Amino acid sequence: MASVRLLLTRRCCTALKTTTARTHVSYEVKDNVAVVRINDPTSKVNTLSRHMQAEMVEVMNEIWGNAAVKSAVLISRKPGCFIAGADINMIQACKTAEEVTSLSQEGQKIFDQVEKSPIPIVAAINGSCLGGGLEFAIACQYRIATKSKKTILGTPEVMLGLLPGAGGTQRLPKMVGLPAAFDMMLTGKNIRPDKAKKMGLVHQLVDPLGPGLKSPEERTIEYLEEVAVDFAKGLAGRKVTVEKKKGLVQKIQDFVMGLPPVRKQIYKTVHSKVMKQSKGLYPAPLKIIECIQTGIEKGNAAGYLTESQNFGKLAMTSESRALIGLYHGQVTCKKNHFGKPERDVKKLAVLGAGLMGAGIAQVTIDKGVATILKDTTEEGLARGHQQVYKGLNDKTKKKSLTTFERDGIMSLLSGQLDYRDFENADMVIEAVFEDLSIKHKVVKEVEAVIPPHCIFATNTSALPIKDIAAASKRPEKVIGMHYFSPVDKMQLLEIITTNKTSKDTTASAVAVGLKQGKVIIVVGDGPGFYTTRCLAPMLAEAVRALQEGVGPKKLDSLTTGFGFPVGAATLADEVGIDVAAHVAEDLGKAFGTRFGGGNVEVLKMMVQKGFKGRKSGKGCYVYGAKSKEKKVNSGAEDILKSFKLTAPPAVSADEDIQYRLVSRFVNEAVLCLQEGILPDPVQGDIGAVFGLGFPPCLGGPFRFVDSHGADKLVQKMKRFEEAYGNQFTPCQLLLDHAKDSSKRFHK
Amino acid sequence: MSAPSKKTLAKPGVKNIVLVDGVRTPFLQSGTTYADLMPHDLARAALQGLLNRTGLPKDAVDYIVYGTVIQEVKTSNVAREAALGAGFSDKTPAHTVTMACISSNQAMTTAVGLIAAGQCDAVVAGGVEFMSDVPIRHSRKMRKTMLSLNKAKTLGARLSLLGSIRLAHLSPELPAVAEFSTAETMGHSADRLAAAFGVSRLEQDEFALRSHTLAKKAQDGGMLSDVISFKVPGRDIVSKDNGIRPATMEQLAKLKPAFIKPHGTVTAANSSFLTDGASAVLIMSEEKALAMGYKPKAYLRDFVYVSQDPKDQLLLGPTYATPKVLEKSGLTLNDIDVFEFHEAFAGQIMANLKAMESDWFAQTYMGRKTKVGAPPMEKFNTWGGSLSLGHPFAATGCRLVTTVAHRLQKEGGQYGLVAACAAGGQGHAMVIEAYPQ
Repeated sequence: MASVRLLLTRRCCTALKTTTARTHVSYEVKDNVAVVRINDPTSKVNTLSRHMQAEMVEVMNEIWGNAAVKSAVLISRKPGCFIAGADINMIQACKTAEEVTSLSQEGQKIFDQVEKSPIPIVAAINGSCLGGGLEFAIACQYRIATKSKKTILGTPEVMLGLLPGAGGTQRLPKMVGLPAAFDMMLTGKNIRPDKAKKMGLVHQLVDPLGPGLKSPEERTIEYLEEVAVDFAKGLAGRKVTVEKKKGLVQKIQDFVMGLPPVRKQIYKTVHSKVMKQSKGLYPAPLKIIECIQTGIEKGNAAGYLTESQNFGKLAMTSESRALIGLYHGQVTCKKNHFGKPERDVKKLAVLGAGLMGAGIAQVTIDKGVATILKDTTEEGLARGHQQVYKGLNDKTKKKSLTTFERDGIMSLLSGQLDYRDFENADMVIEAVFEDLSIKHKVVKEVEAVIPPHCIFATNTSALPIKDIAAASKRPEKVIGMHYFSPVDKMQLLEIITTNKTSKDTTASAVAVGLKQGKVIIVVGDGPGFYTTRCLAPMLAEAVRALQEGVGPKKLDSLTTGFGFPVGAATLADEVGIDVAAHVAEDLGKAFGTRFGGGNVEVLKMMVQKGFKGRKSGKGCYVYGAKSKEKKVNSGAEDILKSFKLTAPPAVSADEDIQYRLVSRFVNEAVLCLQEGILPDPVQGDIGAVFGLGFPPCLGGPFRFVDSHGADKLVQKMKRFEEAYGNQFTPCQLLLDHAKDSSKRFHK
Repeated sequence: MSAPSKKTLAKPGVKNIVLVDGVRTPFLQSGTTYADLMPHDLARAALQGLLNRTGLPKDAVDYIVYGTVIQEVKTSNVAREAALGAGFSDKTPAHTVTMACISSNQAMTTAVGLIAAGQCDAVVAGGVEFMSDVPIRHSRKMRKTMLSLNKAKTLGARLSLLGSIRLAHLSPELPAVAEFSTAETMGHSADRLAAAFGVSRLEQDEFALRSHTLAKKAQDGGMLSDVISFKVPGRDIVSKDNGIRPATMEQLAKLKPAFIKPHGTVTAANSSFLTDGASAVLIMSEEKALAMGYKPKAYLRDFVYVSQDPKDQLLLGPTYATPKVLEKSGLTLNDIDVFEFHEAFAGQIMANLKAMESDWFAQTYMGRKTKVGAPPMEKFNTWGGSLSLGHPFAATGCRLVTTVAHRLQKEGGQYGLVAACAAGGQGHAMVIEAYPQ
């Protein structure tokens, strides 16, 4: 899932006494312009907490009561943040939908007053302007934004299972038009300043400034304020007009949108698109459509009412709780809990320029760390180098990088076939073939050339780290760093420590991962660690289902219907059938019959025939032709037929198959917690969702157990156990939770 | 005038290098009287003017270095084409240098280097810029098609290539005064720079007006003796710069911002304009000059080149270069009697002055303990500058150096300082010492 960026304060809000001095909002009047400055002193970002809102109302009333004030500017004093959104804790603290609805109505009321302000208000935006922050801004009469890279506008509420609940669903469609408003609110995407100007979301752009007599950040805010004050004066003196001239295209679009049948068609199309993508598992997008539709078709009053009521309803849904839980978890997993490492990694070496190795190199140089990419063949190196270049070049096409920035970043990459300069490496990450003897050879070769402080990290998806470390002269410097493919897109990094790994080594690995922009879980060592270990039983079950005659397409639709972003058969193709076979065999040996189910021979046979998944053009499906419709690989079907199993009818209904897959995943996750592989349920949920695509709407295996009920899950598993045996035996911790419903993984 | 902290910058064992003389064509707004020329025509005029002015025997020159920025592709080594036409011996080698607005500074310091190294005794340096005509290219796609057409062997292949031309192929590529690395135009960067240093529109307009007023005074007072007359083929004799236009503050205030709209502060009137022009100087070892009977105008002493971030510090070259060259010479700002800074934009000059006055800037960005200080305005560009006289990119450097020499002669004083910014975030400064009169 896309990252959730709505920010929030950790602090609980306290009721504001009217007598206390204002701490969050201040203002001064310059030349008849009231400059209102917001700054939450308790947090890195501004949020619309109760406290902030109360002070804002106070200040606005003072301004409106002051006849000398002819216009106002609203600006944040924080360099990277205008207002990052509503205070999520404020919403989470509510016990009922009605409470949340009334919160929404309070917000609507404030912004309504802002919209109807007797004097023009200019929102001067620098940094994130998200959620409630954007709703505030669009209630103002005029918006000026800096072109800073940190300036982003958006309505990310949908990613938290919510909707813009302070007038956003009502104002945005009028401002940017129906299609753009749907796009913004249903995807939650961030909009950069240039785009915002084109869309009509902001009126003017201001360039960020470089060094002057003050720091660039400070002076840029000052400059923004100066420009905004000028515009405020212009608006008050009617020298600046808010309405921009509409172009022909805009006029035509407005005309077309004015036709009720056209709008009806749009609602229908959007609705069916949402249903297709969300499988109806996410209530927020549907509620957003409803709010927009009501506002446009039935008028403001009805629209605002629907918005506040739907906001209340959504806040009480398990989906929203799950998504907010993931958001909190993600924030936790973006911190280094192991302290500051003794030394920074300034030079990193990656061994193996394959898909993973090149991906790791790309995300490392991207953050300014010099990186050696070493391979054994020139062909391999050239391929890896091209992958890195393409990854960065694609960013220039999206304009998030300039070609010069790309070139500068590429200059940090040194592609080589030898161990030159390894004596200066602070960390080596090996991403060579998954074979213990090769890994051992690499450890020995590398340790002969690296300095004593250098950390040796191994990117393996299943081999226990301690087995790899067995070849090392200094196991305290050996650690596992399990990246997910494609490295530049997948957010998760699973770090694996052995009982010999030193704390500083862990701290350093986490620091590197964070620098690479990863969300990090740190888990204990063992076959398959956490993520691979959870995935393996589910894939084994998927193979069994395939053997039982559930076709790949059906299997995919069952899994995506449960909320997995990628279907199980497609996932196997993406991971690689050979990798899956390898893992299944290895983990099968380590964990015995619990990891059984599907026959490993099915996978091996597929590999033998060259059906290695997407990379080889054939797996469960046939790839290559550009047609959108994926074709099932008949060769794979033949193999499945030769391994045909009879499906026990008692456990083969669609829902049964779904729960067979999910319960094995979840049970293994809980077992990992029970065995101490996982330090806590939060990291378990984050790892499952961000690394394996566990349904985000369920919030991860642990939150799923909480919300579904451990007892109900255990009941289902017992039924499956009868049919298939110990693969479905619930682990002790799960049984404990089933017995005592007060036991929960998340408070 | 206080006594300088050093009597001379002459060093034992180091050759004294002198500016014998310098000339320039009148600087004209592009698209005016020079419109039908080619760059080497202008360059030739400057070189011939130098020969006339100095009476230099044509074969006495060992080498010619010439600067240019926007290159005419037909005369990519414009130095050679101009030298041949100007009647220099065809035995005198010539090469062209380019370093944006400090191209002729680079030409001069190249000459200094050749002499200091003992390889030459007399070198002509200069620069030319011709903005009335610039190379406008076919689009890359079109060029590719045309190049393939050359190689196509059969009629069918040619026709199919011709058939592949689409309307989009025909849109031309225009050169822009923009950074290649950031794609930002220089005016836009100047506006941001002015804003970063809090330079107001009023300050910029005032400085622009000062430049025009002083230039007019200098022109009327006959100070601009480096300007030679030039009979333009098919046109009149040109003998004056034509961009000097003192206006009123009210007129200047009326102009709309040219780059950052609508709230910017850089306008057409407080920016240097697109200019055609060429300049040339004769640089010699002191020994050689004296042996040939010349009375040199000045010593060319220490110089530095600097470079910094081409995005946010594009035009701060003088700020970085000034303290560095002073340090190198062992002089302080107080020792300098004559300042000639290249005026790209009024906002850029004001920003540089503010930066040089700021301890915070010196400490935070330049790694210096204290500020160098801003030059006193009564010594600064007193005969006008690029804003008013014009700024043919590659010709300005020689104008600055010649002007310092002339001002030192007229106004007295021992040391002068030239500083300039250039595209690419580069900069240059040079210390010039008066030749004993």
